[in-house]
Amino acid sequence: MTSQVDINKVTVVALVENEPGVLNRIASLFRRRAFNIDSLTVGRTHKPHISRMTIRVVAGPEYARKIATNLQKLVNVIDVRVLDNEPHVERDLALIKVRNDDAESRNTITEICDRYPARIVDVGPKVAIIEMVGTEEILEEFIDEVRPTGIVEMIRTGVVSMGRGTRIHDTNFTRRDLAKIQDELSAGGNGNVI
Amino acid sequence: MKLTGSEIIMECLLQEGVHVMFGYPGGAILPTYDAIAKYDDRLHHVLVRHEQGASHMADGYARATGEVGVCIATSGPGATNLVTGLATAMMDSSPILAITGQVPIPAIGSDAFQETDVTGVTLPITKHNYLVTDVRDLAYTMKEAFHIARTGRPGPVLVDVPKDVQLAETEFEYPEGEIRLPGYHPPSSAEESEVSAALRLIEEAERPIILAGHGIMMSGAMQELRELSERAQIPVALTLLGKGGMPEDHPLVIGMMGMHGEASANLAIQEADLLIALGMRFDDRVTGNLKTYALNARKIHIDIDRSEINKNVRADVGIAGDLKTVLTQMLPKLEPKSHQQWIARIRDWLEDSSERDILNYETPGRLLTAQVINDIWKHTQGEAITVTDVGQHQMLEAQYYPHQRPATLLTSGGLGTMGFGFPAAIGAKFGKPEEEVWAIVGDGGFQMTLCELATAAQENINVNIAIINNFFLGMVRQWQELFYEKRYEATPLFNPDFCKLADAYRIPNRRVTERDEIEDAVQFARDIDGPTLIEFVVEKEEMVYPMVPAGADLHDMKRRPKPGEGS
Repeated sequence: MTSQVDINKVTVVALVENEPGVLNRIASLFRRRAFNIDSLTVGRTHKPHISRMTIRVVAGPEYARKIATNLQKLVNVIDVRVLDNEPHVERDLALIKVRNDDAESRNTITEICDRYPARIVDVGPKVAIIEMVGTEEILEEFIDEVRPTGIVEMIRTGVVSMGRGTRIHDTNFTRRDLAKIQDELSAGGNGNVI
Repeated sequence: MKLTGSEIIMECLLQEGVHVMFGYPGGAILPTYDAIAKYDDRLHHVLVRHEQGASHMADGYARATGEVGVCIATSGPGATNLVTGLATAMMDSSPILAITGQVPIPAIGSDAFQETDVTGVTLPITKHNYLVTDVRDLAYTMKEAFHIARTGRPGPVLVDVPKDVQLAETEFEYPEGEIRLPGYHPPSSAEESEVSAALRLIEEAERPIILAGHGIMMSGAMQELRELSERAQIPVALTLLGKGGMPEDHPLVIGMMGMHGEASANLAIQEADLLIALGMRFDDRVTGNLKTYALNARKIHIDIDRSEINKNVRADVGIAGDLKTVLTQMLPKLEPKSHQQWIARIRDWLEDSSERDILNYETPGRLLTAQVINDIWKHTQGEAITVTDVGQHQMLEAQYYPHQRPATLLTSGGLGTMGFGFPAAIGAKFGKPEEEVWAIVGDGGFQMTLCELATAAQENINVNIAIINNFFLGMVRQWQELFYEKRYEATPLFNPDFCKLADAYRIPNRRVTERDEIEDAVQFARDIDGPTLIEFVVEKEEMVYPMVPAGADLHDMKRRPKPGEGS
């Protein structure tokens, strides 16, 4: 059994205000518009009031643009990009707990990990935890190789993406604060591509 | 100046030009009602009998004036009663602001008495909503809420204010200057390349048609629409909510499109080689089967909401922008054209339609809805603001009360909310006291919100209620007749004596059963400065035609029978 990475996956990246309820608004949008998403990750940016989301969609770019225009309608969503064809770096992280209770499995695991950007981060008498970081494709490949040894538990973060080079997706917006907001925004637009 | 949260709400309303609000008190909103008492001389509060009525009144006010309508309710059940009104406003892009009380902050999440997660409940049916947790944020939040409600594609905004925030004090100063939200930038003008692409399609078209929607009026682009249509000789079909965007007696207006639209409009759409869709969203009630919709036509779609473009119908040129701005960009470069053959072809369809006009039917001893509505039109000189409910009478209003001016037909199009008409008419009259306002409602829908008769009587508001009474949920019955072999389950209505009901509220009333009584009754209603109710007892089992059955092709219409073919 091999799990193929769908070539029709498109990535949507959104900058959102880091405010209570924003994730709820976005989740509610996906549900009510019946958008099928493959993975969604949220995390802070270097600006504490802005979070960044990476949304992977199993669909064509047109569908992704539909998601993007709907996301953009949400007041707390600052900027949305569809990373379609555009060169970008993407990473997914997996923690995989594997069976490790005989010499053969230990050897297999070590051998596989040597060939991938993977590390064993916890070892016990029965199981070990592998940390693996890479593109979604490499992760899938790695998981397929490890699977016969016996995966007992697994978690993945979902893909995060960033455009290469000067495709900068950022904003000068800092906080919803009346005094500041005027200065900050008059200093420059949002999400400029420089 | 130190004010309480409640007083800040009042000050903000005044700053935003609000003079009337519709609401119902309760525990969690009581501090604000206490402030309302202090501001009574500048802010009129209309006490409704059910919060749903308040939301529809705010909506009617907003639709009639283009300004934000305000409604107010307490926490829990008060707020959940607003839900239908918010959803109605959301679907029809109507700017309303709902202020709701909430349990005090320390009680939030504890299932306190009358606690509901109102921002959670209303999330998908508001353009945006807020839970204010600090009185210092209140003024700014109110300003933002008004801004979001009225700009871009307008819509309802809800501000949920916990009781302790209403009571807390802070220094008040209304935030000056423009609202700048980092994630909120409604589009305005079009790119030059988009304008020229659109003009090129218009230039190349031989059978173009304009589909004019609600956006025409929201953007105030009536004059621009007319110029576009006249200069390039392009016929205009209207959506239900687009009625009033161009005078209906204009020779280039070819009627309403869609499920109960005129054959002339629907056939023209199916034969057109270019659709110019302006401020409309290709609702399923407008397109019928998308697979066979306007297959010969290229499409230009201009709408302020980018997500509407390519949502249902693929646009060859899609422009996200403000209609008035974009049309103003296009008009100077628009070459005059004529489409004589095309217009002649549409005229033929119009002629065929007028042969089938219900008003040509001989109906001795029977009163038809179309006759009632057309006579109301005649005796109000076509100048009234009519507010309809939902169903057969709504479609017949659209067909038989031509509207010449914008915002004179107010109706729940997207959500199809029964019970909307009467309270929305009250709101419209508060917004436009100088206009004559008629609520044209069915016997079914009226009974959903008739408790507002007390509101109308208490306010002595001059709204004329025309109940089209067929003792049926007429539109549902029509579907049962056509698609469920006349199994009239749950559609025949036992009705109260509407005139006695009006008597109970001390509202002057009449009952009309014959066509020659209509004029008198309409005049009777117009002469009274206050609410009146006229019950028109009409034919029980009427049909509304033309009709495109749900999901059928747009050209696949059941037509009105010609006179003599039975009706």
